[in-house]
Amino acid sequence: MRDRFVETTTALLAEDPRTALVLADISAAAFAPAARRHPDRVLNVGIREQLMLGVAGGLALTGLRPIVHSYAPFLVERAYEQIKLDLDHQDASAVLVSVGASYDRAAAGRTHLSPADVSLIDTLHGWTVHVPGHPDEVPALLRAAVAAEESAYLRLSTLSNARPHGGDGALVVVRDAGPGAALLVAVGPTLDAALAATSDLPVTVAYTHRPRPFDTAGLRALVDSEVILVEPCLVGTSARVVSAALSDRPHRLLALGVAREELRRYGSAEDHTRWHGLDASGLRRSITGFLSPALV
Amino acid sequence: MTTLATTTRVTDAAAPLDGRQPIAPLLERVRAGRQFSPNVLSTVDVLQVLYDRVLRITPATVDDPDRDRFLLSKGHAVAGYYALLAAKGFIPPDWLDDQGGPANRLGDHPDRTLIPGVEIGSGSLGHGLGLGVGTALGLRAQGLLDPRVYVLLGDAELDEGSNHEAIAYAGAVGLANLTAIVVDNFSATHGWPGGLATRFTANGWTAATVDGRDHDALHTALTGHHGHRPHLVVAVIEEGK
Repeated sequence: MRDRFVETTTALLAEDPRTALVLADISAAAFAPAARRHPDRVLNVGIREQLMLGVAGGLALTGLRPIVHSYAPFLVERAYEQIKLDLDHQDASAVLVSVGASYDRAAAGRTHLSPADVSLIDTLHGWTVHVPGHPDEVPALLRAAVAAEESAYLRLSTLSNARPHGGDGALVVVRDAGPGAALLVAVGPTLDAALAATSDLPVTVAYTHRPRPFDTAGLRALVDSEVILVEPCLVGTSARVVSAALSDRPHRLLALGVAREELRRYGSAEDHTRWHGLDASGLRRSITGFLSPALV
Repeated sequence: MTTLATTTRVTDAAAPLDGRQPIAPLLERVRAGRQFSPNVLSTVDVLQVLYDRVLRITPATVDDPDRDRFLLSKGHAVAGYYALLAAKGFIPPDWLDDQGGPANRLGDHPDRTLIPGVEIGSGSLGHGLGLGVGTALGLRAQGLLDPRVYVLLGDAELDEGSNHEAIAYAGAVGLANLTAIVVDNFSATHGWPGGLATRFTANGWTAATVDGRDHDALHTALTGHHGHRPHLVVAVIEEGK
C-alpha cells in the first residue's frame, strides 16, 4: 500500500500545483524524486511531527492541499493537538496518510503500535477515514480524498485481502446468507479472515474501506437484528456509530478488533492477528459464541 | 492597587493612530473594569508599531493573497489586539463590549473564523510559529514573494518544545519571509540563560533585541530582515515598566 501511495502522490504533485506533501523523515527516500521536481511542495521537516502538522495547517491557510505522512503513532497520537488545533480549529484541512497500522510492525514493540488512531480521529468532526483492504484500493481513495475539500485520514497497512473491492465506501455485500441472517461488517484488511470464519455460518458479510462516515443507511438496509463488526483497529472503534444507527431497533452487536491491553509481545503481524482473535479461527470462535446465546 | 497604574500606562500608550480612533478608550472598553495583568499590556506597543508602520494589511485586504500575515501565537494577549483591530477598522468597536460573552465574537482567545483580519485561532501555546512556517512555505510555493509572515510569541511560550521544532527547521531551510517577534517580559519560569535570541541565531536566524516600548527601535528591528534568513525581533519589556 505504501508503494501505491508514493506513486499516486508523486503523480498528484505533478498534476496539481495545489498539492503539497509534508514529511517527517518517514518515507522521505521514496519521495526523493518528487522532492527534486517540486522542492517547494515536498517538505521534509525532519523528525518533527508537531511541526509537520503545523506546517500542513499553514500551507492549507494559503490555499494549498497538504498530504501529511508518517507512521500512525507519530502522525496521529503524537501530534493529536496539532490535528485538532492547527487543522480543525483553523478551519483548515489536510489529507493524513499513515503507515504502520495497528501492529504492522509488531517486532518494533509498543512504541510503533497504534490501534487507537481511528478512534482518536473519530473524536474530531467531519473527517473521512479510509482503511483500505488492498493496495489497489489506495490510488482511487487517495485521489478522491485530495480532490475533496474536507480532511481525510488514510490508514495504510501491510496486511491486505487477496482481492480489492472498489467503490466509495458504501457497504458492499460480499456474501449474502439470505433473510434473517446476521450481518458481519468487515473493515479493510479483515475481510478475508471474516469470510473464511463464516463460510458455513448463517452470516451475510459486507465490506467497507470507509469507517467514517460509516454507511449507516446501508447498515440499516442490511441488518436484521444481529450485527458483527470486525475492525483492524481498536475494538469497538465503530460500535458507537452502529449503535446510534440502530437505536430505534432491537439488535445485538458483537464488536471485534484489537484489544486495549498491551501484550508486550513481539513477533509478526500475523501473530498479533491471532493473539487478538482476528484470524479466521479466532473470529469463528467469537462469532459462534455470539450466535449461540442459548448455550450460555 | 494596580488599577490606577494600569490605566495610566494604557493612557501613556495611547498615541492617536493616524487620525483614527485612539487605542486607549478602546482598550478600556475591552477591559470593562477588569484587572489586567501587566503581560496583557506588554504587547500593545509592538502591535501598534506593526499595524501602524509595518504590516501591509487593511480591512479591505483581509482576503488578499498578497497581504502580509500577522499571527498572534500568544492568544491570551487579546486585549491590545482587539483594541488595535477596532482602531484600524477590522472590527466594529461595539464588539469590544462584553468580550467573552455568549453573543460576542471576541473570546479570551481569538478565533480566526469569527474575527475579520485574524489569521489564526490561538490560545494553546506553541502553535503559532509552526503555522507561520507553513504559511511562509505556502506563500513561497505559490510564488507570492512580497507578503511577509509575522508571528508574535512570548518568552514563556518558548518553553513549548513545538517552537523549537519550528525555529530549527525555519533556520535550516532559510525561510526568509518569516519574522518571529518574542515579547520578553521575563515570564518564563526557568528563564533563558544566555538570552532567548541565541536559540534562534544558533539556528541561522538574524536577530534584533530592542526596548519593547520604543516605537522607533521596534520599527527598525521589525524591518531589519536581510532577505535570505528568518528574522527574530525580541521586544524586551522590563519588569515594572
